[in-house]
Amino acid sequence: MKIKIQRDKSIEEFEVSPSMTLLAALYEIKEDQDASLTFMAGCRASVCGTCAVRVNGKEELACAYKIKGDELVEPLQYHPVLRDLRVDKNRAKETLVKTTAWLHESKEATLTHNDEKLTEKQTDCILCDSCYSACPVYAVNPDFLGPFALTRAYRYTTDKREGDAKAIIDNIQTNGVWDCTLCGECTAVCPKGIDPKMDITMLRGTSLQFGHSDPNFATQSFGTPDFGFDPNGGF
Amino acid sequence: MIDVLIIGSGGAGLTAALAAKEAGASVLVVGKSYPTNSQTSMAQGGMNAALGNAGEDHIALHVQDTIKSAHGLCDEDMVRQMCADAPKTIEWLESIGVPFSRLDNDKAGVETVAQRQMGGASAKRACYAQDYTGLKILHTLYDTCLKEKIDFLDEHYFLNLIVKDGIAKGATFLDIRTGEVKQINAKSIIIATGGYASLYHGFTTNAYGSTGDGVAAVLRAGGAVSDMEFIQFHPTALKHSSILISESARGEGGHLLNSEGERFVDELKPRDEVARAIFKELSEDKEVFLDVRHLGEDKLMELLPQEVALCKLHEHIDPAKELIPIKPVAHYSMGGIDVDYALEVTGIKGCFAVGECSNAKVHGANRLGGNSLLEITAFGRFAGENAYKHSIYASTKPDEGRQLQKDRAHIKNIYTQKASVNFYTQREQLGKLFYEKVGIIRENSQLSKALDEVIAMQVLSNKIGIQDKSATNNTNLIDFLEFSNALLLAPTIISAAIARDESRGAHYKVDFKEENEDFRKHIVLQWKRES
Ligand SMILES: Cc1cc2nc3c(=O)[nH]c(=O)nc-3n(C[C@H](O)[C@H](O)[C@H](O)COP(=O)(O)OP(=O)(O)OC[C@H]3O[C@@H](n4cnc5c(N)ncnc54)[C@H](O)[C@@H]3O)c2cc1C
Ligand code: SF4
Ligand code: SF4
Ligand code: FES
Repeated sequence: MKIKIQRDKSIEEFEVSPSMTLLAALYEIKEDQDASLTFMAGCRASVCGTCAVRVNGKEELACAYKIKGDELVEPLQYHPVLRDLRVDKNRAKETLVKTTAWLHESKEATLTHNDEKLTEKQTDCILCDSCYSACPVYAVNPDFLGPFALTRAYRYTTDKREGDAKAIIDNIQTNGVWDCTLCGECTAVCPKGIDPKMDITMLRGTSLQFGHSDPNFATQSFGTPDFGFDPNGGF
Repeated sequence: MIDVLIIGSGGAGLTAALAAKEAGASVLVVGKSYPTNSQTSMAQGGMNAALGNAGEDHIALHVQDTIKSAHGLCDEDMVRQMCADAPKTIEWLESIGVPFSRLDNDKAGVETVAQRQMGGASAKRACYAQDYTGLKILHTLYDTCLKEKIDFLDEHYFLNLIVKDGIAKGATFLDIRTGEVKQINAKSIIIATGGYASLYHGFTTNAYGSTGDGVAAVLRAGGAVSDMEFIQFHPTALKHSSILISESARGEGGHLLNSEGERFVDELKPRDEVARAIFKELSEDKEVFLDVRHLGEDKLMELLPQEVALCKLHEHIDPAKELIPIKPVAHYSMGGIDVDYALEVTGIKGCFAVGECSNAKVHGANRLGGNSLLEITAFGRFAGENAYKHSIYASTKPDEGRQLQKDRAHIKNIYTQKASVNFYTQREQLGKLFYEKVGIIRENSQLSKALDEVIAMQVLSNKIGIQDKSATNNTNLIDFLEFSNALLLAPTIISAAIARDESRGAHYKVDFKEENEDFRKHIVLQWKRES
């Protein structure tokens, strides 16, 4: 079986054994054919978030993708490529800091099974950066906080132990919830079935409740007597 | 100079960082990948704490269960400390926002944390977050580290400790991106680099990087390691990929069958006994399967959705309709860096070790499921506090850089070394050798053969090297360094196993099937210091 890999200088083709995971195939190449092939991996069980790449233009975990033959494998988008499939994830991780996606003011709360369910999906996130790579906003705005950071923001604002959800909401107004086009690309590629688009939609609602407004909406309504129609939705 | 340098950014490293920072230290955490990539993310089952949320439980019972499982080889004071710290550790994790699974009991805070039964526990004691306990703890720790502005240096590979007159002064690292060898000076150091079960390459549930780098570095620096022969095997991993199928598959009523379709062991016995029974079948050239078909598709999807997906992906079978081929594989290293009551490394002052890399003597001959996540968080905090205390009075005179020169020369040497033998083949060989001869059922004659083979591999080591000569982002070099560490640790495991002429917990010898009171002690190994 053949696979093609986008390397630093060119696309190279390799012959690998059939019906393996892509990660097993990458290791097979590195061990037997070309030790310089460079990629990232850890758990091989879809939980450490290390191995995401693009296969035929779609983000996949290498350890969870079964090769079928003739795939083109490329590094994640919007991440500086360090070598072959290995990328620099520091810039993407910075979005978590800017978002301040953590518990700001811890308070004791009564919690139930239902409360657990409220953020169960969001906290399945393995920080694989697939959604970041798939998000078209990065083509125009590299400072966008992005899907996984906003999902994490949502997870903390929804946590009943959070005594200061507003602090998070205030930090996701610029380059944040309103910059998303709600295209759903992030949701389509998430290997954990997380729906950042929905979380962002919810965060918009909460933002309005805390007195923020859709900046697109504000500029449109300013000077136009009839309230402008905002194609991006909002609440 | 940094107060506390933490090497390793898994659950143990992050917890230590938070505690040291809280105590007032300046902190730097260095890791070979990104923090959330750490193996801690893989822990599914849970974390023990005698909260008594799901039925009566007491710290004393937790202590008792742990001691029993350790088969007389633990330090009871350390066990007591860990178990007593467990409830307040959960409280702390609760306060930083870990999304635990919950009970519906109209209560608040930690009293709502759900708890479940794990093997060897006399109560429902394991706190969990669905099947992602490690993942969710690790990520919440990481978020909190970002909140507390902990400094991280990712993708830096720890090479060696810098030790002068028996005192740790810093460490050397290979910057994986640039290929530069760097020195970082610190007043105190915490090693939290995880276990060494990946030595059983191809026969382990562990992530690729669990090669015992920190344990090997301590040995090289003149520190002690202990209980290296104790490696826990998990009975049910997928046959081809060694990916873990959680204990709950058996807990929920799954059966173990051999090729003849017979059940051959009580599935609910302790891990080591089940693993041995399976291994026996396999060594008689039978296959072993986990059968969960009778649970039905709906129940499987509800109880074990991760497992169903992994079986389809890695074994190409549907567990609702077919048998799951399995084998027992290396899962956890009980032994490691020998530490004292303050978690300070035996033989190296100012250097602490915590987590799976360390042997704090709480697991003894066999670790209880759920006690590892507890150890990394409870003792992680303890290590952070102790390292800070040490840093207050530590000398700030930096090291003059001899180790740095040595390590630079060593790396340069690897680049020039001709590689006539592929070390990836050797890595595979070592894994297989260990699985077959230093594995679940041991025998002195086989152990001796294994030692000979390992020594032969070490002799060959001037013929192995890297093929990729790139100075930057060279993962071939990292794989090589990791393999070298595995090869360095291999004889310590085998020789300790040879010396222990008895069976105790995870260490089982056919020539000596019983526990022997004379061996109720730790085998501690330390290299003679070159002067
Ligand atoms: C599949 C699986 C399931 C498990 N389930 C459970 C469970 O349910 N309950 C339980 O209690 N335990 C469980 N365990 C065990 C538990 O997860 C581990 O023992 C624990 O997470 C170890 O944490 P740690 O922080 O010590 O090490 P790790 O999480 O392994 O972290 C080690 C860190 O050190 C870094 N590092 C290593 N070498 C170097 C180097 N040379 N240079 C720089 N950095 C380095 C790594 O990058 C990583 O950041 C499970 C383990 C596995 C594999
Ligand atoms: S929905 Fe928003 S965050 Fe998701 S990919 Fe589209 S623009 Fe990006
Ligand atoms: S939200 Fe999904 S795709 Fe994005 S980082 Fe998390 S797990 Fe990966
Ligand atoms: S290797 Fe861990 S998610 Fe793929």
